[in-house]
Amino acid sequence: MNRFDYLRPSTVAEAVAAASVPGSAYLAAGTNLLDLMKGGVVRPERLVDVSRLPGLDGIEALPDGALRIGARVRNADLAHDRDFARRFPAVAEALLSGASAQLRNAATVGGNLLQRTRCAYFYDPASACNKREPGAGCDALEGENRLHAVLGWSERCIATHPSDFCVPLVALGAIVEIEGPAGRREVPLEEFHLLPGETPERESVLAPGELVVALRLPPGADAFAAHARYVKLRERTSYAFAVVSAAAMLRMEGGTIAEARLALGGVALKPWRAREAEAVLAGARPEAATFRRAAEAALEGARPSGENGFKIELARRIAARALALAAAGTPERIPALPASPMAPVSGGALHG
Amino acid sequence: MSWSITLTVNGEPRRVELDDPRVTLLDLLRERLDLTGSKKGCDRGQCGACTVLLDGRRVNSCLALAISHDGAEVVTIEGLARDGALHPVQAAFIEHDAFQCGYCTPGQIMSAVGLIGEGQAGDDPERVREGMSGNLCRCAAYKGITEAVLEAQRRMGQDGWEEAA
Ligand SMILES: Cc1cc2nc3c(=O)[nH]c(=O)nc-3n(C[C@H](O)[C@H](O)[C@H](O)COP(=O)(O)OP(=O)(O)OC[C@H]3O[C@@H](n4cnc5c(N)ncnc54)[C@H](O)[C@@H]3O)c2cc1C
Ligand code: SF4
Ligand code: FES
Ligand code: FES
Repeated sequence: MNRFDYLRPSTVAEAVAAASVPGSAYLAAGTNLLDLMKGGVVRPERLVDVSRLPGLDGIEALPDGALRIGARVRNADLAHDRDFARRFPAVAEALLSGASAQLRNAATVGGNLLQRTRCAYFYDPASACNKREPGAGCDALEGENRLHAVLGWSERCIATHPSDFCVPLVALGAIVEIEGPAGRREVPLEEFHLLPGETPERESVLAPGELVVALRLPPGADAFAAHARYVKLRERTSYAFAVVSAAAMLRMEGGTIAEARLALGGVALKPWRAREAEAVLAGARPEAATFRRAAEAALEGARPSGENGFKIELARRIAARALALAAAGTPERIPALPASPMAPVSGGALHG
Repeated sequence: MSWSITLTVNGEPRRVELDDPRVTLLDLLRERLDLTGSKKGCDRGQCGACTVLLDGRRVNSCLALAISHDGAEVVTIEGLARDGALHPVQAAFIEHDAFQCGYCTPGQIMSAVGLIGEGQAGDDPERVREGMSGNLCRCAAYKGITEAVLEAQRRMGQDGWEEAA
């Protein structure tokens, strides 16, 4: 780990001023940042500790029906907040399917949004990586790339965004509240993370010094609570990142889907909202054939970026499964193994 | 530049002068306070051997920067036994043969104390296993670990054991 200066500002304004100096990085719980610093992957010259900033730790119902979550609310606290889990069960399930209890106890909302890719070549300073060193090349293109992106990638970078939390959030139209040197602004989460294009080193819309202060779920986002699930396929039962994942939410009226939301994780460098699939579902009856058509629409533009063509069909099946589980209804309590794709769909065939 | 931080470790206030801000909570405990019960397995958040209670919550001390936790309360495996009597989780680990080499054990026990305090798993072995999945055991003592956690939880409920944290 490189040496660094350590600052602990006491207001948001001070934090923004401190982090606007080039070479600075915000430190929240450090569960991703310290890991990367230990590996020499990132080498910030100063850490601006935001883990105690006042005003960033609340979960607040706004008068217009929106819900505002402060950037340093811990992942575990959000997932176990009764009111939150009741209104946004797929978000709670996604949070509880990520990392471990210890990590969730520490990790913050802001840090989860801004966690970096788990691409092994990004993590290895001896490998070429355009994200770490623009123009250096990408060793993943000809390397171990089974788990890399199938949507939205470029020849410059084929990495994925690893967050589970962000997947249902993007489906729900979450908004990111940002404070920066030029003042306050808001960006929809869907536009917050950037696809690699020609500049994979630019990962989000944040300008230097900009701080995520909160996340907002818009009014009406809780209309999906009765039919909302997250499904995450992992290479082991628990404590692993997603191979592919899907968040599915349905608002039912009578026997039909009035409105649907679908987003995929582990497939692209951002949480992937599948609006084409949502259009297929709107007005349809909740049937296996419809879910399959929606899943096909979601993966319409997918292409393998290496030895990962299997992820395309896997993502279709996980999306269809998440939709079937959502249609069956949100369980009373989050299952013992959150987001497991192995759990049977009640009343349906296992391989529908 | 140097920094002075104060932590309450196993109930005792400890003041530590840091000449370098890079010290993790795990290294501070092991190297500066000679509390070597917390183990360094991976040093990267992947094994749970370094688990301690930080302000009452189980966390990986290898991924916590000590200086960021100035003023915090820390409980390590050394702080569980009272007046020579083992904590119910420690006792249950012995009774249920919940270890072999023992390297992961301090982390497992601290994680179990955290899990019981969180009160989310109840008496469902599946929920206990999932709740303990942040602690790897290369000797694969998982069966005994799950039994020990369930047993300790039962006993703590009966005896009204109060958390050390
Ligand atoms: C072993 C392991 C397994 C994991 N498994 C999963 C998993 O299955 N699913 C999953 O989703 N995640 C997983 N994670 C990742 C984990 O969720 C993140 O490490 C965590 O969410 C980061 O939060 P933090 O508060 O520790 O952020 P930090 O590490 O402190 O910061 C992360 C990044 O965000 C920036 N940052 C932090 N807060 C702000 C802010 N408010 N504004 C602007 N920038 C900010 C920092 O500068 C840094 O670049 C895993 C991590 C580990 C170590
Ligand atoms: S895929 Fe992206 S992150 Fe991975 S090595 Fe290539 S450029 Fe770097
Ligand atoms: S040593 Fe901290 S998790 Fe492995
Ligand atoms: S007892 Fe040996 S690693 Fe768990």
